[in-house]
Amino acid sequence: MIPLLRIELYKIFRRPRTYISFGIVTAITLVIQLAMLSDGKSFIGFALQGVNEQFDIRGNILNGYLITYLILQSLLIHIPLLVALVAGDALAGEANAGTLRLMLTKPISRVQLVFVKFLGSFVYTVLLIVWLAIVALVLSLVLFGTGDMINLKSDAFVLLLQDDILWRYGLAFLFAVLAMTTIAALSIFLSAFTDNAIGPVISTMGIVVILTIMSNLELPLFNLIKPYLFTTHMIGWKGFFDDPVPYAAIMRSAGVLAMYTVGFLGITMLYFNKKDIKS
Amino acid sequence: MKPILEVTDLSKSFKKFKAVDKLSFTIEQGAVYGFLGQNGAGKSTTMRMLLGLIFPDSGTIAINGYKFNNSRRFLLKNIGAVIERPDLYGYLSGWDNLRMFATLSGMSIPNKRIHEVLEIVGLKGREKDKVKAYSQGMKQRLGIAIAMVHDPDLLILDEPTNGLDPQGIAEIRALVISLSRDHNKTILISSHLLYEIEQIATNMLIIHKGKKLSDGPVSQLFNPDETLIEIELQPEENIKTVVENSQWYGKSVRISPSKLVFKMNPSFTPDLNRWLVNQNVNVLNINSRHSFEAYFLSITNDTATTDRAI
Repeated sequence: MIPLLRIELYKIFRRPRTYISFGIVTAITLVIQLAMLSDGKSFIGFALQGVNEQFDIRGNILNGYLITYLILQSLLIHIPLLVALVAGDALAGEANAGTLRLMLTKPISRVQLVFVKFLGSFVYTVLLIVWLAIVALVLSLVLFGTGDMINLKSDAFVLLLQDDILWRYGLAFLFAVLAMTTIAALSIFLSAFTDNAIGPVISTMGIVVILTIMSNLELPLFNLIKPYLFTTHMIGWKGFFDDPVPYAAIMRSAGVLAMYTVGFLGITMLYFNKKDIKS
Repeated sequence: MKPILEVTDLSKSFKKFKAVDKLSFTIEQGAVYGFLGQNGAGKSTTMRMLLGLIFPDSGTIAINGYKFNNSRRFLLKNIGAVIERPDLYGYLSGWDNLRMFATLSGMSIPNKRIHEVLEIVGLKGREKDKVKAYSQGMKQRLGIAIAMVHDPDLLILDEPTNGLDPQGIAEIRALVISLSRDHNKTILISSHLLYEIEQIATNMLIIHKGKKLSDGPVSQLFNPDETLIEIELQPEENIKTVVENSQWYGKSVRISPSKLVFKMNPSFTPDLNRWLVNQNVNVLNINSRHSFEAYFLSITNDTATTDRAI
């Protein structure tokens, strides 16, 4: 299976399209950082309006940690699309290009192929998140410096001391990898059912958008099913910026995401193993 | 000769459409088997089943005596295939594509062998170019290189001349002949270009609507006893019953109200004509043909025809 994985990674990282995602992450991050460089102070002033009436907050509030948090909040909504661009293409793209049938005339197992496609997408997802960590966290710290981080919530705010933050980001990025891996598994699952590479990408985004709306709307019907939706648990990374950290809730979310990932992958293997390759 | 491939009662349906219907045939080692049929006859479906891309509803495939279902991965090590257009990774070089698929063949293939195969298919010197810059003919040749890089005994080539210009077709023809003659490969090749197959193949397998119509050495197809006698009639609705109840039924290939086709030695034609006249059948024209194209068309053109497996 190692040679198969090596080939899969070679194909992913030799394809120019793969790097578009890294470019998009960089561009969005830079745009937010530049906007914060020019208007960050007034933004923070506005955001802390209510807090400043009761507390005297001093120091470098507009620091790299806060900027990274803001970037993550906006980017982690868009990253599923970037993950789906590669994972959704994994089987359907090869079927569409006709290379899938050529591969399957070789003595490789279909189950192994699905697993390798998943591993390839996983490696890509990890690298994308690592890249996000570099451009968002490292660059923001360079541009805005360090300081205590204020995590504003709807009904409270959490003040995190600057020497108590970096590990939280480490775990938050790890959690983001798990969440995005679930998206990759969903995309590969959808990818197995079609020979058109665009379909799984659009379907993945459609499912994520619809389920995210359901996860966020406060309606009795949705409240019943929310705990079972993977989108509800994708924002579990925010828990690392609470004090104390709600480890039980985070582990529960991680468990749900892992179960979805295994489920999508298992069904894909079962289906693909019996699929007639007509493309 | 020892059979390399044995197919027995292979069937496959897609919803209500029967693509392949109880197809049986055997391919002997060293033969170049022309696999013919009109578009939609079931050639590609059959070839895909031979490679495990499509799962048969019933029937068995055995390669070198091993059942395909039980030993798919083991048997695929001894098969090379090009199914329709050999779609490759255009953003990679010819060498990268070949190296990659060589690795997937499950065998340790040294670079020396890759150079050797590039030489055989005539792509030496162009291997570092990206495949997207290749002509269709070059892509076909690279596809064949991928099929044979692991030195399999059996090559399955589905329409390898599709989309090629006359020069490209001639190149592939020469390559297939060389693979059989110089490299001792057994080849199953499908095409709708009858002339091409006629020049390459030692054996023919003709299918129509998923069923086998004809199977045998090319030399037999042109045997005097295999000459096609086409008889045009004034339309006669009962002709099927008349022929079926006669000694001529065994030689009939096609029976339709306005046309009869028999496969037999032309010396029997006067007797046949006399018999038809005695049956009050009005014969308009009698034609004896033994060109391969005529043979193919007569047995596959089946409007209002009773198909008979030969």
